[in-house]
Amino acid sequence: MTAEKVPVRAAGGVLADLSPKRDGHDLGWLAEARLNALEWVGKNGFPSRKDEDWKYTALDEILAVPFVAAGAGPGRRATLDLINKAAIDLGGPRLVFVNGHFSPEFSRLTGLPSGAVVTTLAAVLATSPDRLKPFLGHTPGEHHAFAAFNDVFAEDGAFIHLTNDTIVDDPIQLVFFSETEGVPLMTSPRSVIIADSGSRATIVETYAGFPGDVYCTNVVTEVVLAENARIEHYKVQNEPTTAFHLALLEVRQARNSQFASRSVMLGSSVARHEIRVLLGGVEAEVSLDGIYLPQGEQVHDNTIFVDHVAANCTSHQLYKGVLDDHGHGVFNGHIMVRHGADGTDANQKNKNLLLSDRAQVDTRPRLEIYTDDVKCTHGAAVGQMDDEALLYLRTRGLPLESARGLLVYAFVQEMVDRIELEPLRASLEALVSTRFGTAAHRAQQ
Amino acid sequence: MLKIKELHASIENKEILRGVNLDLKAGEVHAIMGPNGSGKSTLASVLIGRDGYDVSGSVTYEGQDLLALSPEERAAAGVFLAFQHPVEIPGVGNMYFMRTALNSLRRQRGQEELDAVDFLALAQERMKLVEMDQTFMSRSVNEGFSGGEKKRNEILQMAILEPKLAILDETDSGLDIDALRVVASGVNALRSEGRTMLVITHHQRLLDYIVPDFVHVMAAGQIVHSGDKDLALELEANGYAGLTPRSARVGASV
Repeated sequence: MTAEKVPVRAAGGVLADLSPKRDGHDLGWLAEARLNALEWVGKNGFPSRKDEDWKYTALDEILAVPFVAAGAGPGRRATLDLINKAAIDLGGPRLVFVNGHFSPEFSRLTGLPSGAVVTTLAAVLATSPDRLKPFLGHTPGEHHAFAAFNDVFAEDGAFIHLTNDTIVDDPIQLVFFSETEGVPLMTSPRSVIIADSGSRATIVETYAGFPGDVYCTNVVTEVVLAENARIEHYKVQNEPTTAFHLALLEVRQARNSQFASRSVMLGSSVARHEIRVLLGGVEAEVSLDGIYLPQGEQVHDNTIFVDHVAANCTSHQLYKGVLDDHGHGVFNGHIMVRHGADGTDANQKNKNLLLSDRAQVDTRPRLEIYTDDVKCTHGAAVGQMDDEALLYLRTRGLPLESARGLLVYAFVQEMVDRIELEPLRASLEALVSTRFGTAAHRAQQ
Repeated sequence: MLKIKELHASIENKEILRGVNLDLKAGEVHAIMGPNGSGKSTLASVLIGRDGYDVSGSVTYEGQDLLALSPEERAAAGVFLAFQHPVEIPGVGNMYFMRTALNSLRRQRGQEELDAVDFLALAQERMKLVEMDQTFMSRSVNEGFSGGEKKRNEILQMAILEPKLAILDETDSGLDIDALRVVASGVNALRSEGRTMLVITHHQRLLDYIVPDFVHVMAAGQIVHSGDKDLALELEANGYAGLTPRSARVGASV
C-alpha cells in the first residue's frame, strides 16, 4: 500500500485511547504482534481515496468520530427480544456477541457433533492462545489500517474448528449486536473458522445494533479450508444508519475445497465489506454473491480480491445493487490469475439498478491475468427502472407503486433465491420487500 | 362504448395522430389497417395511457373521459392492450404476475381477491384457449418465450383479465401460420356481446382468422377509409394506394 501518510492522531482521533486494552495479559508473541500492528498504522496511516482499493469510499466521516475501543461487559439495553428481531433464530448453535464480546445469556451451543469445536476467541486466548498464532500473529502490512486496528484490539469473536470429516448440519449463527448508550464505541470482533479436511458447515453472521446508536464495527473473519472442506458463509449487515461497518473476510482455500459467500448489505451509514480469497490448492471453488441496497445517504462498498494461485480453480462473483435516494454503491472486484494458475475459470458480474437521479454507483470489475490457459469473463451493468416493464404492469392493473416494487424485487429475487436456508431466506425477503415499501412479493408462483 | 373525437397526438413536436375519429359499439370488432408509420400503434399507446405524448381531442369510454385516467385505472375500467412487443420481466413468475394483475383489478373494482387455488383453476381453464401448458406459468413473464409464445401469453392475459375493450396491437407480427391459428382461435373464443375489440394489423392475413365487423384504414394519422371486412380484401389486392372511391363512401357511413 502506498497510502498518503496520515498520522493516526491527526485524523481526528479515531480512537481516543490507542493503547491495546490487553496490555500485560497477552503472551509475548501476541503483545508484540499487537504493537507491530499499531506501529504499522502509525507509520502507514489510514487509506485515502488515493489508494486504489479505497478510492470510491470516503472515510472522513468515520475518521472524524472519537471512537473508544469497546471493553467487555454486556450492553444493558441488549435484550433477547431485540436480538431475535435483529437476527432470526435459526434453531442451531448460536453465539451472540454484544459490543464485540460474547454474551452467554443469549447464546446456545447445543446440537454440535463431537468433531466441532465452537467457542469464543476470548476462551481460546485464555486457555490455549498459541492456537491463534497463525491468525493474530501475522503482520498486517499487506492489508490496511482497519485490519491492523482489529489486530490491536481483537479480544473476542467466534472460534470454530471442524476436525476432519466433521459435518455440522445446523447452521452456526454468529450474531453481533451493538448498543453504546451515547459512547461512540469501536468494536473489534475477530472470528476464526478452521475447516479441516472433508469437513462441512454453514456459518451465518448477522450485524445489527440499537437504533440511533453511533458506533463502528471493525470486524475481521478468517476462514481456512483444508482439502475437500466446504463452508457456506452468509453475512447480513443490518446495522443502524447511525453506525459504521468495516469488514474483512479473509479466506484461504486448499485443494478441492469449496467456499460460498452470500452477503446482504442493508444497513450502516458507511459500510465496507471486503473479501479476500486465496485459491492456494488446485481445483478449489469459490462463489461470492452479494446484494447491496443503499438509500438515504448510505454508502455500501463491496471490495473483492480473488487470488488464483493454484491451477484449475473456479471463482464466480455476482453482485447486484439497488440504489435509491442519494445512496452510493461500490463494486470493486479484482481477480488475479497468477503465473501457473492454468485452467482457471473465473467470472465476475455486477448489475445495478438506479432508482433515483441522485443515486450513484462505482463499478469496477478487474481481471489481471498472467497465464494463457484461462477462461475469464467479467461485466458490469448500470440501469434504471425499465419504463416499458412498468407500463406493461400498469396496463395489467398494478398501481404504479406496486409495479415499481415488483420490478425492484424481481431484480434482487435471483440473489435471494440463492439463499438455501429457508428461514433466513424468508426473513431476508421480508426485509428486502419492506425496504422497498411493498408487500412481500413472492415473485414465483 | 368508445368514442374517439378529433384525437391528436404528438411526440417531441412531431404530430402523429392528426384528428382520429372512431366510434366503437359494444361487442363490435374493428380492425385498423395501414402502412408503417401511419399512427396505428400510437393510437393504441394513447388509448392505454403511455407517457410522452401531447394529446388533444376526446376519448369517451363508457361515458367517462378515458384520457384523464392512469394506465392502471384504465385497466380497472376494462381496457386491455395486447402488446406488439410483450415485455420480458425476469424474476417475476408468470402465474404470480397474472394473479397479482387480476387481484389488482378486482381490488380496484371492490371485488374479493382470488386465492392461489382458485386462481390456478381459472388459469388452467383459460390456458386451454391458447394451448399453453403449466410450464409457461412457472417461467418468468415472457422471458425466453418465442415470438409466438409471447403473443399467446398476451391472449391468455386477456382471457384471464376479461376486458371490455381489448386492443390487439400487431398480434400477428412474428407468427407462423400455426401460431397465428392458435392465437386467432383464442381471440375468437373471447368475442362476446359485451366485449369490444380493436384489432391493429399491418396484414390482411390476420383478418382471415379474426373476421372484423368493420375495417378502417389509417394513413398519416387519420382514418382515411372505413368499410366492412371486404375492405381488407380490397387492400390486399390493390394495396393502400389503390383504394377506390367506393370504399371511401362506405367508410363515410360508419
